Amino acid sequence: MIAEGLVDLARQMAPHARMIAAGGTDDGQIGTSFAKVVGGIEQADLGEGVVLLCDLGSAILTSETALDFLDDDVRSRVRIVDAPLVEGGVAAAVAAEVGGDLESVVRAARSAAGAEPAPSTNAAESPPPSLVTRTVTLVNKDGLHARPAADFAKLASTFTARVTVNGKDASSLLAVMSLGLTRGMTAQISSADPDGAAAVAALGDLLESGFGEE
Amino acid sequence: MNLNATWAKAWIRSSAQVMSEHRVELIDLDREIGDGDHGENMDRGFQAVLHKLDDLPPEAGPGDVFKFVATTLISTVGGAAGPLYGTAFLKGAVAISGTIELDGPALVAFLRAARDGIVLRGKAESGDKTMVDAWTPAVDAAEAALAGGADDRAILSAAADAAEAGALATEPLIARKGRASYLGERAIGHRDPGAQSSALLLRAAAATATTA
Repeated sequence: MIAEGLVDLARQMAPHARMIAAGGTDDGQIGTSFAKVVGGIEQADLGEGVVLLCDLGSAILTSETALDFLDDDVRSRVRIVDAPLVEGGVAAAVAAEVGGDLESVVRAARSAAGAEPAPSTNAAESPPPSLVTRTVTLVNKDGLHARPAADFAKLASTFTARVTVNGKDASSLLAVMSLGLTRGMTAQISSADPDGAAAVAALGDLLESGFGEE
Repeated sequence: MNLNATWAKAWIRSSAQVMSEHRVELIDLDREIGDGDHGENMDRGFQAVLHKLDDLPPEAGPGDVFKFVATTLISTVGGAAGPLYGTAFLKGAVAISGTIELDGPALVAFLRAARDGIVLRGKAESGDKTMVDAWTPAVDAAEAALAGGADDRAILSAAADAAEAGALATEPLIARKGRASYLGERAIGHRDPGAQSSALLLRAAAATATTA
């Protein structure tokens, strides 16, 4: 099943995020089950909110109908996000893994729909001068593919200082992956934040470590 | 028959029989322009409703019957039709909540709320070659009949007639919603299975009301 495969994939990058696969019909065929979707929301909901990703057709209809049947207080913290299932799911999982709140998980999932995830568009138009910058060369074989990129984005999320890598938000998994950085390419890690030095140093060290890969 | 809980249950029993009888017809229509499971899904869903209909408490009103139908159809029909019919019955049930017996205005309110639920859920408009093309003419006809002083049975008959005409009128249309929309002009000449099952359902409602 697609949903189970996606959860398996996302769990490699976000082992602690709560993810429930609710794909397929009750008898395991391709399709959608109202009971599975409602049950999945209940299982996923710990009170902080639930992001629901679905692909097409009856999955969307069933999810929207399921919302109608929820109690008002539960419904108020469930968000259906229209985003590519795999990319959105992985991005949302990583955002949840680092303790992001409902809106930041929603934002991460939406970033997969092609919208620039930058929190402030003004900053993107006129980037503030970087106070700290470090340029490192990627050493591991496959560069910043999904799992290292997730480690990188998760580490970036642990710092309050905003850090960019080649101009992209370092804490956004999809933004980092979209750079397509492979072995031998250089990454410029920068922060315009006075407290950004530690973050830039740690992220630079992580890239230079090669993520424990060859 | 007055439009009370007994009618509501009789309508649903009749619908289960009709969906069973028209299972192959709906499968064939859906095979032309969809994925061929509509007849199977509707039959399965209404059989599930049928088996549990007698479990309803005796004091259940028509709104309670339709709410039960809604939740059962959503869980058992699957596909897009489950949420669509489920929402229709749910919204219709809410519109007549607490009513013991539907009069003309309540009946029209029920039909209109059901149609609005389908539109809300499926986001289809008239002419998109969907269930809406049966339901909207049915609601319009019911409203006109009510305004013309018709009784509840005549209102239901008018709605069923209009739904059948509406389903027939989907044949020359290009689908703009659902799986049939992937077919473009190849959907022309085929009747929409959802509009057809909607017409069957409303005909069963009218037929049940006219029996003693």
